[in-house]
Amino acid sequence: MSKFQFPESIKSRPVYGTLEPRPGKYHLMIADAEGAEAILDIAAADPSIMAKTHIIYIPRGTDFGAKLRALNPAQYYEGPSYAASVTRIQRVLQDAHMGTQVYLTGTEGLMGQAQNECMQAGIPHTAIQTEHRGSVARRMQCVHCKGITEDVETDPFVCSHCGLNLFVRDHYSRRLAAFQGVCIDAEDPGNVPEAVELYK
Amino acid sequence: MTIQFNKETFRDDYSFKNSDWAIERFPFPFHEDSYMYAVNMEQHRGGPEGSVYEKRFDVDEHYVSEMADRAMVLADDPLRCQSLPHMTLAGWDLLELIMVSKSEDYPDLFELHRDGDTWRWINKPMGIDDTFTFMDETTLPYGPMEYITRQTQGDFCVLDQREDNLWMDAGMVTTQADWSLDFDIGMNFFEWHAPVPLAHEKGIFKRALKFLLNIQQGAPARRLNWTMTVNPLLDTSPENYHKWGIQKTTLTPENIGAKQHLRVELQSFFRLPRSNALVFPIRCYLIAFQDIVKSPKWGRRLHRVIRDLPVELATYKGFIDNRPMMLDYLSAFDDGLPTSPGVFPDNATEPPLQK
Repeated sequence: MSKFQFPESIKSRPVYGTLEPRPGKYHLMIADAEGAEAILDIAAADPSIMAKTHIIYIPRGTDFGAKLRALNPAQYYEGPSYAASVTRIQRVLQDAHMGTQVYLTGTEGLMGQAQNECMQAGIPHTAIQTEHRGSVARRMQCVHCKGITEDVETDPFVCSHCGLNLFVRDHYSRRLAAFQGVCIDAEDPGNVPEAVELYK
Repeated sequence: MTIQFNKETFRDDYSFKNSDWAIERFPFPFHEDSYMYAVNMEQHRGGPEGSVYEKRFDVDEHYVSEMADRAMVLADDPLRCQSLPHMTLAGWDLLELIMVSKSEDYPDLFELHRDGDTWRWINKPMGIDDTFTFMDETTLPYGPMEYITRQTQGDFCVLDQREDNLWMDAGMVTTQADWSLDFDIGMNFFEWHAPVPLAHEKGIFKRALKFLLNIQQGAPARRLNWTMTVNPLLDTSPENYHKWGIQKTTLTPENIGAKQHLRVELQSFFRLPRSNALVFPIRCYLIAFQDIVKSPKWGRRLHRVIRDLPVELATYKGFIDNRPMMLDYLSAFDDGLPTSPGVFPDNATEPPLQK
């Protein structure tokens, strides 16, 4: 199952929808991993938009590439990682005019970072469609050292930068595209509960 | 009156201390014997003479030492002061508001001389005498918000107003009750309050926002908020929580009166004229339990409030583990007598402790 229904949470936590084709002169779709399935769904709903679509896709070990290419988008790019793709995303956004529709789908980390690039290019976050697919792993910022740990799957987890044991909060910053991680054993050093898989 | 400024610390040896004057004027936050979240806004147009409500920006005996502590926090972590690029004009608005207010309210301490755009600012307690060009950032050692808030007690959030919301787009935050400006900058009113329990469900934030969006120039508002802090530590930041959190476990029945502090925020709200931003100063006052209970009314009331506070709030405010020890201490100062309404200590009329 690649579509996960997140439980209701606090107001800073992002809420994702279901992508739908919208009228536009140009469609920018950025996805990773199982996000490909959401793109396949939207293409099935309205095949005509593919002639005006640029797909930027990061497979992360999945094999949806051939299916996406078979949609015949106007432009197709497959990148080895988000970091490798981000300069391309920035360049594409430079040319994004009125009437551009943005679709983000896949993991929260991918959507959050791509949304941030869009916002910096002047697109309000409320105008960007998102749909979560695949892993529920989170991109976490350590509030202490400020380092970002990607793809956090458990709570608590160890900060990949400073090594503190952090608990996973739902408090989320769009500017950082990250959730907040806070030291779990500050008041009782060494007393770290066993790590539990998120949403398990 | 002339204020005698304390030489004291808010870290390490914690030499911070309130004089009798500071205890008497402490902004005790409970107007009745129980507490629940409320919007609790009132006009910020003065108050009883000598009280912390009297001036627009209260200056007290801790001023010089608090500013030294702020400078240390900023040297360790410059991210505590940030301003998004569109907020510079609001920073000038704030600088003007504070300089005008302080020079009018404390003419013996602060002077502002304006000749067109050439301004001379004299801050006697801090030994500053600077001449600069208003609206020209290159003539100040810092951006305008940072410059003036390095010289003003309290944290400052500068909120942009758009889309019927307020956005935390600039701030100087070094004396915070465990929240991070660096994380929250750019968030709207509901987002930065997201972690607060119960208040969203009660509609508190919707009503508060509606009120704040309508604040007009020259008609500031204020409210109180509170939490608990072990040791008079100003910088209870999430950034440093892994360092100070352990201090919460150092309370004993013997030291709790001296170590446990009630932390009160005098929050005020001013509309800024050019930017239409809202500035939200959050002024932190600390008082040791042993100084609160010197007023019989405050001792009685604090015991009742802490005893009856919902678990969610005691947890969110971070003292659920220490609550039993607090109640052991405070119960000795509660004889069950009724208390007079309102926040003031009423020491002349309230009966002494009957036990």
